[in-house]
Amino acid sequence: MTVMQAPAYARAEYHGFEASGSHFVYLVSAGAIFEIDADVRAVLARLDGQQLTHAALVRELSSDGTDPDEAEALVRELRAARLIQLGAAAPVMPQAPPADFPLQALVLNVTNQCNLACTYCYEFGADKIATPAGKPKYMTLETAKASVDLLINEAVGRKAVHITFFGGETLMNFKLLRDVVGYANGATAAAGKAITYSLTTNATLLTSEIVTFLSDNRVGVTVSMDGPPDVQDKHRVYKNGKGSYAVIEPRLRTLIAHHKTRAITARVTLTEGVTDVVRIFRHLKDDLGFHEVGFAPVTTGEERAYSLDDNGMDSVLAQFNILAEEWLEYALRGESHGFTNVSETISELISGVNKSHPCGAGLGLMGVSPSGDLSPCHRFTDADTHTMGHVSSGIDRAKQGAFLAKGHVEAKYDCQSCWARPLCAGGCHHEAFVRYGDTGHANLHYCDWIRQWTDTCLRIYGVLAVQNPGFLERFAERKGLS
Amino acid sequence: MKHLRAINKKARAIGEAVAQIEAATPSDMEEDVVALQQQPRPHVPMGCTLSFSPGWEVDAGGGTAGLCQPVERDIYDCYVTCFWPVQVPDHVNYSPDWASNCATATKDWRNLDLVFP
Ligand code: SF4
Ligand code: SF4
Repeated sequence: MTVMQAPAYARAEYHGFEASGSHFVYLVSAGAIFEIDADVRAVLARLDGQQLTHAALVRELSSDGTDPDEAEALVRELRAARLIQLGAAAPVMPQAPPADFPLQALVLNVTNQCNLACTYCYEFGADKIATPAGKPKYMTLETAKASVDLLINEAVGRKAVHITFFGGETLMNFKLLRDVVGYANGATAAAGKAITYSLTTNATLLTSEIVTFLSDNRVGVTVSMDGPPDVQDKHRVYKNGKGSYAVIEPRLRTLIAHHKTRAITARVTLTEGVTDVVRIFRHLKDDLGFHEVGFAPVTTGEERAYSLDDNGMDSVLAQFNILAEEWLEYALRGESHGFTNVSETISELISGVNKSHPCGAGLGLMGVSPSGDLSPCHRFTDADTHTMGHVSSGIDRAKQGAFLAKGHVEAKYDCQSCWARPLCAGGCHHEAFVRYGDTGHANLHYCDWIRQWTDTCLRIYGVLAVQNPGFLERFAERKGLS
Repeated sequence: MKHLRAINKKARAIGEAVAQIEAATPSDMEEDVVALQQQPRPHVPMGCTLSFSPGWEVDAGGGTAGLCQPVERDIYDCYVTCFWPVQVPDHVNYSPDWASNCATATKDWRNLDLVFP
């Protein structure tokens, strides 16, 4: 027997939160954030754990004394905004970007050599996936020029492109970097495109000439470092085991004092025993003067001596929350705080991203190894199993397509019911490969963490939307979002 | 929008769409019955069909290429979204708890029980 049932309303997928005495929903199918009033809450409460037909819902709402026409209009509004839906719909997934999505940025691994031997390094450490044996250690100018040409040709329709210099230790090949900037400035100008640069360095080889060059060319600088001397010298050591803090400190001071054209950022890797987030932040921000400081837990496979365990992660999250609270206090006063982990999430929330892929790897961004092999991003350079073409022969579309199909959030079963997926989309492809042997695997080891952190940032967003919306607007402008 | 306040860019875009829908005549959107081939399509599991047919006459696309074959197809999806009560555990009548020990099918599928109707 076929039973005909009247279609009934159910709540759509959302994450509700409160901030500053107001109620909000984060609508998962879109990445939209709405402040909701008491009437909306009444509808959502009625649909908690049950479905109601249109007639029944309107009837129940008007039984509280609400005017039936008002109730009708309310239900229509929520349905039009897709906060409620008829029946339990399948999760809505963002569409994949078109196959000819234009390139926006290249990460040039100008060398795979490094003068430090950080114990946790993903490029050289126990979990390395690179297979550099027999390949060039330093990128040649010819390869670098071919990379620039490829970037310009593949950035169809883009007004601006970006090059990030990376290593190894990037500054071990500073001569090349200088020459490439000269070449790329000319080539992009001829192609009618703007170009910006950034680089990541361990700071050991910075000199005042280099700093002047970086400042003159508006090269954004990210310094990989871990914190004050005792923390820095734990893992970030020379091959003979000697710590690097004493070497980098004066160089950092020169950098921060003289590089005035772009923000100088520190990026900290959190490991077992290096979880003192607040103290590290204070040192890098207040003592050394970095403009922005961002933190990321180390990427590891199975248990390594330096992996963060659950206790470590809990302590990290607790301290993130302290800094997030500070970030909010600064923002309410209209000031910028410098804790990158909040700033990044807030800019994604402002535009309401709804990602098909966790990041631009293999999409708008690619890595180039010293030999000219293309890979999804800098973390896959020199890993034979992940090459995606070569700068001289172009992007291997079949390999790129396979990588992107695997990495699409729709292909990750566990993410289908997760409210944080518009921002997370399963997380870093490289981390997934190191952990699970599959770039398309959801990073399930940090889901709770991601959801808690996203909730924290949503609440910050909510407070600002109520108490200082102007800050969010200025923040969007400064970040170039509109 | 009267009850929702858009506070990010995506929400403002939705607000514009809502305004358009609200400007349209109510009957345009109170149309509850959706035909199988109408856009947007209702969720239909791969190789399955909706309840008007027993599952082997016509598929969701109106053809015969993707007929219901629950045994070879996704028995879990049949259980959750389709009620054809013969081939699969029936969550309406005799095995409402069949999947209750299985929060994540890819991981917990071993917890799906045998069914003796
Ligand atoms: S990896 Fe985890 S947190 Fe991220 S979207 Fe998937 S389920 Fe959610
Ligand atoms: S794959 Fe991971 S490391 Fe590479 S760009 Fe994406 S998030 Fe970054």
